[in-house]
Amino acid sequence: MMKVLEGSQAVAEAVRLARVKVVSAYPITPQTHIVEELARYCAEGSLDGRFICVESEHSAMASVIGSAAGGVRSFTASSSHGLAYMHEMLHWAAGARLPIVMVDVNRALGPGWNLWMDQSDSLSQRDTGWMQFYCADGQEALDTTLQAFRLAEMVHLPAMVNLDAFFLSHTYEPVEVPDAQTVDAFLPPYEPPFKMDQGHPLGLCGVAPPGVYMEMRRNMQMAMDSVPDLLDQIEDDFFIRFGRRYGSLETYRCADADVVVVTTGTASGTARVAVDQLREQGEKAGLLRLRLFRPFPSRAVRQALEKIEKAAVLDRNCSFGSGGIFANELKAALHGKGGTAVYSYISGLGGRDITVDLIKELYTKTRDADRPDSESVWLGLKEELMLR
Amino acid sequence: MTHELYNGPELMYSGHVGCPGCGATIAMKLALRALGQATMVVIPASCWAIIASSYPQTSLKVPVLNTAFASTAAACTGLRAALDMRGATFTTVLGWAGDGGTFDIGFQALSAAAERGEDFIYICYDNEAYMNTGVQRSSSTPFGARTMTTPDSSWKRTEKKNMVEILAAHRIPYAATASIAFPEDLERKLRKAKAIRTGLRFIHLYASCPTGWGYAPAQTVQVARTAVLCNAFPLYEVEDGLTYTLNRTGSLPVADYLKMQSRFRHLDAQTIQDIQDRVDLELQRLRQKAQPAGLESAVPAAASPGL
Repeated sequence: MMKVLEGSQAVAEAVRLARVKVVSAYPITPQTHIVEELARYCAEGSLDGRFICVESEHSAMASVIGSAAGGVRSFTASSSHGLAYMHEMLHWAAGARLPIVMVDVNRALGPGWNLWMDQSDSLSQRDTGWMQFYCADGQEALDTTLQAFRLAEMVHLPAMVNLDAFFLSHTYEPVEVPDAQTVDAFLPPYEPPFKMDQGHPLGLCGVAPPGVYMEMRRNMQMAMDSVPDLLDQIEDDFFIRFGRRYGSLETYRCADADVVVVTTGTASGTARVAVDQLREQGEKAGLLRLRLFRPFPSRAVRQALEKIEKAAVLDRNCSFGSGGIFANELKAALHGKGGTAVYSYISGLGGRDITVDLIKELYTKTRDADRPDSESVWLGLKEELMLR
Repeated sequence: MTHELYNGPELMYSGHVGCPGCGATIAMKLALRALGQATMVVIPASCWAIIASSYPQTSLKVPVLNTAFASTAAACTGLRAALDMRGATFTTVLGWAGDGGTFDIGFQALSAAAERGEDFIYICYDNEAYMNTGVQRSSSTPFGARTMTTPDSSWKRTEKKNMVEILAAHRIPYAATASIAFPEDLERKLRKAKAIRTGLRFIHLYASCPTGWGYAPAQTVQVARTAVLCNAFPLYEVEDGLTYTLNRTGSLPVADYLKMQSRFRHLDAQTIQDIQDRVDLELQRLRQKAQPAGLESAVPAAASPGL
């Protein structure tokens, strides 16, 4: 059924369709609409699940670790400081190999307090062992949440689905909400290979001495390595049932492009308009949107950029002392694999708008440059606010 | 011995990696005997995290979920929710944390679970310091004790938190102290806690520690027993946060207890007397609370509707 939904509501619809049994969450702007909606579903009985109002994000993640280890499908949502506060438990969830799905609404971290779009929160959790997806619109938020459960339960790793603060979480769009029967066929009930079980008592997450720890971590890496192929398989099935697929990345007008702009999230829609306008002016611009960040889809990136001379990466994040994180990941994926030069740009931090003109500027700078700067180039700065 | 406590199911395997004379292992053995097979245990960072398992082995015959230090009560909450959704409502969820994981880093999650009325039993096995990391002070370390972070002349000069009073103030259905030296009392309290399903049940279980307290391993039970009999750790229970019952006290001087342990060896006679005075005062307050409602002459009836 087609509905007009906020990105947050699209996520909540997906969680209801996934028949999640335990939702545990602590409120933080701009995640609140997701958990308010789910609390209402549980209260009215349209979702047969337990909604737990915990006292902190650390406890939110700890409690879904408890419920997932207890053998039921579990969900939480957070953002920004909340995600940072649960950092320890993110490692625990992944190390415990629990298929928890979490939606993170990408928001900046303070100080100064900032409620708006920024990817520093989720990218700071890069190495916790969670899969990470970045969504471009409400439909994709719903679909990715459903896919994330199926994928997480196949590889026994948790999955984080990221939505841009406000630009996606609070924006109403038409969203096709699939019927429950079709979703049930796509996402059968969760059958964990191990759980807290009276009939088969196990000691979970105990001490792992040097003689066993390294293999546990290698197994996690191998599970991550299996994700791109499994995602393809899951999306084949998803496409047959729902008529939509996304891939680990999306390319647009890249075939003959001289410069490919690389984006994530909702800035991709803006970038698409910029690419079209540039094409109308005779420029050979293309767009690559990354949807999967962990595991990083290196093979797909190399294929997509195989014949591309220049990639201009727009990062809404900064690893201080290094630069744009997506650009760095792209460089690592392309290293020694061909002739694509990676140009790194940082903009749109803390909710600042990414405009069509800004993306055109990024394109033009890249087109005219002989080689990339050694550091990320910041676009859209107000000179009067800079320290001298 | 004919008491059924000594004939119940043995849910802890023989042999463990705890220190010789470890009070916390006696505590677990007794607790699981009382709670029975249909129990699942959640354990945070603690001595017991080491004792419970080193992959691929486990020391318990019931399921164990280890969790991070601050998160015992939250993990119990999620596990309880999952079991309820699976229909396994008969299973007892047991949170099992040390004093650091309860009094300090785990307190926020514990207080929240108490307020939410979560249905599980939380046992703090109290050895009065961070023993697993090598004896550093916690907010459960008593006045007068030396630890590695309150060494020499910097021995701890603040009182131990009163955790049962704090939990009772949450108006949980059941909060009690217990001791490894009084297994029948412990068993009765755990059976009572197991039967109550209307909220969090908290047991503060005294578990003496030869390594951290400085006494011979064979004296573990004697030290724990003396703590109760000198009233440093009286046994009592609180129902619904309001109804106090004193179960066991004694008349030994607190000096008998202090002198058994090297952590108190530096205390002079005046300080020992100060501790005795404090213990006497606390017991007097506890006795006042434990008086039947009809004898409470000092409290106007209107001010104590709960009684």
